[in-house]
Order: sequence, then structure tokens, then C-alpha cells
Amino acid sequence: MSSIRCIQLCKTFRQGDEIITGLDNVDIVIDEGEFVCLSGPSGSGKTTLLNAIGGLDTPDSGEIHMDGIRVDQLAKGPLADMRLHNIGFVFQAYNLIPVLTAQENVEFVMQVQGVAAAERAQKARDILKEVGLIGMEDRKPAQLSGGQQQRVAVARAIVSQPKLVLADEPTANLDTVASSKLMNLFSQLNQNYNITFIIATHDKRVMSYAKRLIKMQDGKIISDEMQTPVSGDEG
Amino acid sequence: MKGIGTINLPFRAMLVLSWRNLWRNHRRTMIMLAAISVGVWAMIFMTALMRGMVDDMLRQGIQNLPGHIQIHHPDFRNDPSIVNSIDAPSGDLLNALNDPSTKAWSTRIKVPAIIASERETRGINLLGIEPEAETIISGIGGQIIEGRFLLDRHDKGLVIGAKLAERLETRLGKRVVVISQDPENNIAERGFKVVGIYKAKMPGLEEFNVYAALGTLQTLLKIGNQISEITIVDDDFRDIEVLYQNIKQATPENLEIKAWYELDAYLKYMLNMMDGFVLVWVIIIFLALSFGLVNTLVMAVFERVREIGLIQALGMRPGMIVYQILLESLLLLLIGLGIGNLLAIITVKPLESGLDISIVAEGLAMMGASSMLYPSLTASDMILANTVVIILGILTSILPAWRAAKLDPVQAINST
Repeated sequence: MSSIRCIQLCKTFRQGDEIITGLDNVDIVIDEGEFVCLSGPSGSGKTTLLNAIGGLDTPDSGEIHMDGIRVDQLAKGPLADMRLHNIGFVFQAYNLIPVLTAQENVEFVMQVQGVAAAERAQKARDILKEVGLIGMEDRKPAQLSGGQQQRVAVARAIVSQPKLVLADEPTANLDTVASSKLMNLFSQLNQNYNITFIIATHDKRVMSYAKRLIKMQDGKIISDEMQTPVSGDEG
Repeated sequence: MKGIGTINLPFRAMLVLSWRNLWRNHRRTMIMLAAISVGVWAMIFMTALMRGMVDDMLRQGIQNLPGHIQIHHPDFRNDPSIVNSIDAPSGDLLNALNDPSTKAWSTRIKVPAIIASERETRGINLLGIEPEAETIISGIGGQIIEGRFLLDRHDKGLVIGAKLAERLETRLGKRVVVISQDPENNIAERGFKVVGIYKAKMPGLEEFNVYAALGTLQTLLKIGNQISEITIVDDDFRDIEVLYQNIKQATPENLEIKAWYELDAYLKYMLNMMDGFVLVWVIIIFLALSFGLVNTLVMAVFERVREIGLIQALGMRPGMIVYQILLESLLLLLIGLGIGNLLAIITVKPLESGLDISIVAEGLAMMGASSMLYPSLTASDMILANTVVIILGILTSILPAWRAAKLDPVQAINST
């Protein structure tokens, strides 16, 4: 059963007097448990597609189905609930809440979900251990390095075991070692928990981890190929 | 797909986030807290001063004749002459008056009269009183500045005001003649020795009210045991309804019973005006505060646009964003109110024993206020100030909160 289906997605933006095409009749089906990379130059529509799938942005036309539900037709409240319970986001700029500690940042989504305190604390500690941040639970984002902050963001994205993780240039601000560690982590999570990953990137090393590589240009999908990913140890 | 349609309101998570956000910019929060605290203090402190002054004016007004409740002949208010006298209380009414729930009561004769000294003649309000009870009701016994007060209901002396003594060019120990009418319209006159001179807080009364013993006047006016009115007082002039109803039930139907606010519309108007003034005053101060409050929240939202976009992306509903910003505002208001209330209590309580305002008392005396101001910190005024600040504070916070909730998550996350 397919988990995500986009049909004839179109999205344009106005920049001054100019109309920019973000998505141009995009059709795509992504199955549950896939590890997909969206690649392409800046302005090709990768982030726009991620935002549309994640319900952060509404397409001008077309349909987005997630487990049979028309995501593009949901009102703001149900859309927020959908994101809360089904999608984990990892952004380029980490985007942690600066007044919360690493553990509190990881717990935040679960708090909003209404998970009991003891359960979410345990889950947060476990996931922080898994991303190699044990001992840093009480540090605020400003006390963590860029790589560490991104790992907290990843922990937050996956702690409640969402069906889908959307990552937008997750390694853009990381060095090579930190990037490899993060992508290995993504691969393991994909294999271990069957979480669907859609990663927007133009980093070739990141693309090499994907089982499926979709190339975009000018808001269109220009190629969609399956590939053999590098193993987690090769990073 | 999980979760669509559920509403989560994790208060604790919101509270932690709001509290920490509040202290992200210590200086701005401290300045805003200082503004709210001083504003609330000013609301309560000034209200306590005004309330004290108006209470004093009301108390003086009530003491200087009406009492809290009066009973008299139905025609007495239109024609306060001796023909509209009533019998002394008896039966159920007497029992109700003597009930322990009644703080004090007294009977009076009140007739227009003329007073003449060797040099001058004046129109006066002649009051026949029961000295002991009257001292409790009107406090006149404590206002004697020369001589003595009346000793009992058959005292032959007369107590006049200092201003009247000056007008009559008479003094303590001198004799004056008092002329009035008996119920048969015959002249009733007799000479009185001035045994006491009083100084009233309201100068107008000093020139007008003259006190004689009740029994002495009953004899002079040939009215037997009759009186003009029964005056009753309760502990608090604001809270007389229970006593009023009790006495009313026991009052014969041929008599008229009136509360002080029915007898003196001016006093009632003054009380209403004060309540209105307090509300207006509190709102004016709040309006000044609200600019700072809105500015603080707008800045707080402006500085956190990206973060708000993030929590929207993570699945926080727009309503919860409004909730979180309002909670932040509420925390700010509650801390400010706490400090402001504390400051008000600390500064007003020591002044409750009296604040000497004699430097401006001459003007205030015209309105019936005394030279000592007794600030009155009432729970109702404090509740009003706190309620207004909370309600209006939350209302003015809705705009920045709503703007935060309306942010587009994509644009917000990408903002710098």
C-alpha cells in the first residue's frame, strides 16, 4: 500500500513582478519504508515538494494523499495534528527551541502529543543515546555544536516513531564526518523502524545513501531511479 | 494516519515554554514588570486614598444627621414640623431596635427654631437628643471643644457650634433664648445656658445644629413622649440591608422607614460616582500600561518568528500558539499584579491610621471631608483593579498572539 501519492502538483510563487514555478505537474508515489533523495539545483522545487508533502505549504492545484487522506484539503488544525502524529521534520538550520534543553527539545513533540512524563523522558533518553548524545541531555542548543544540534533535531523528529521523516538539506551545515554519521543514522532508522525518509539535498554523498533518487529541475521531476545505497559503514 | 482531529492542550509544556520565553530578554521583562507593578500600585493606592476621602465624607454626612436608617412620620420629610411627630418606639419595633444585631439607635426631636443672644438672632435646627446614644450615633459628644456635652435626657443646658457662637457673639456659660412652636402653634420658648461648644468637621453644620436634651425639649414643646424620628446605625454604612429589612418588618405601617441613601440622594450619588471613578481610573492606568504590554508581546513574537514557524511545523495547532502567547502574557500580568498588590498593601496599611492633609483641608472641608485622610484598602477595589488588568491585559494580548498563530510556517522558518 502506498503511503504518499502526489498527483499533478503545481505551485507558483510571486517574487516582485515575476512568477516563479515551484512545482510543475509533479506526479510521485512513495511507498512506506522507502529512502528517497530529492536532488537538483537550487530552485528546482525540492523544498517546495517536501513542504507540500509535509502540509507546511498548500499547492495551487493537484492532490496529495497520505494513507488515503487528502492532505492538501485539510484545515490548519487537522493538518497540524497530522504533522504532529505522522511526520518528523529535520531542517537545514537545526531549528531547536533555544530555551529548552536537548532532552526537553526531544520531549517537546511528545508533550504536545500528550505522552505521559515518565514515558517520554525514557523515550527521549533512549533516542538521545541512539544518536550519541548521552550525557548532553541538559545542555541548551547554544551549548551544543552544529552536528550535535542536528542530532538533537533528528532525535526529536524520530522519537515518536513517525511514519515519515522529511529532511531538508540536513547536512548542509555539517562537516564531512558529522554528515556521514547523520546519514548512517538515517539509514539505520530506515532499516530498523521502516520509517520512510524523503531527503532534499544536492550533496552527492547524501544521495549515495538513498535507495531511490529523484532528480528535479524547474519544478519538474526529470528522473526517478532506484539505486543501490552505500552501506551504513562506508560513511 | 494517526491523530487527526485530536486536540492536545499540554498545560505544563506550555507553562514551561512560556516561563522560559518570558526570561529570554531579562531587561525587557523586568522593565515591563516594573511598569505593571507601578501601574497596579498606582491604581490601588490612589483608589485607597480616594475611597478613604469619600468614605470619610459619607461617614460625616451620615453621622451629621441621617444615621444609617431613619423612621419617622410619613409627612415629616416634606414638613419637618412638630405636628409630624411620632410616638416613642414600643412593641415589636422596640424589640427589633434592642436586638443585639442593631449596633445603636436613638430617638430625636428635630424642629426648626430661632436662637437669640443679647446681640444676634439666628434660625437653627434644634435637636433634642438622648446624649449617651447620640454620642455613639453621631459622635457629637467627641466634638466638644469648650465646656461639656449634655449629661442626660433632662439636662437643661444647650450645646452650640463654635461658628454659631461667633455669629451670636456669645460664649460658654452665657444664656440664650430658643424659640419654636408647640403642636398647637403656640410659641414655645425658654432660656438655655450654653454648656458646651462643639467644632464640627463640616463647618456648615456648626452654624446650624443646636443640641438640647430630649426630655427638656419634649417638655418645652408640650409633646409628651413624642419624637420626630428614630435613628439607627449599623456597623458599616455600605452593608445595612439585613438590618434595614429586620427593622422594616417590625415598623408599623403608618410610619416611614428610609435608608441613608434614600434620605440623602447626594450621598448615594457620591458613592456611585466614586465606584465609577475607580473603574475609570483603573482603566486609564491600564490603557497606559497596555501600550507597553502589547509592545513587549509584539517584540517577543517578532523575535521568535522562526521558532513559531518551527513549533507550527512540529504540529502545534494555531490555537495552541495563541494559548502559549496568552499564557506568557498572563504570567507577566500575574507577576506584575503580585508585586503591585504587595506594594499597595505595604504602602497603604501604615497610612490607614491617618494621613494629615490639613494643608489642603480647608478646601476639602467644603465637601465635608476632614483634615485627616484615612486611606481605605478594600478587597472589592483590589479585586476590581486585578480583574480589569487581567481581562484587559489578556484582551490586548490577543492581537500579537493571533498574529503569531497566523504566521505561515514556511515563511516563518525561513525568516532570518
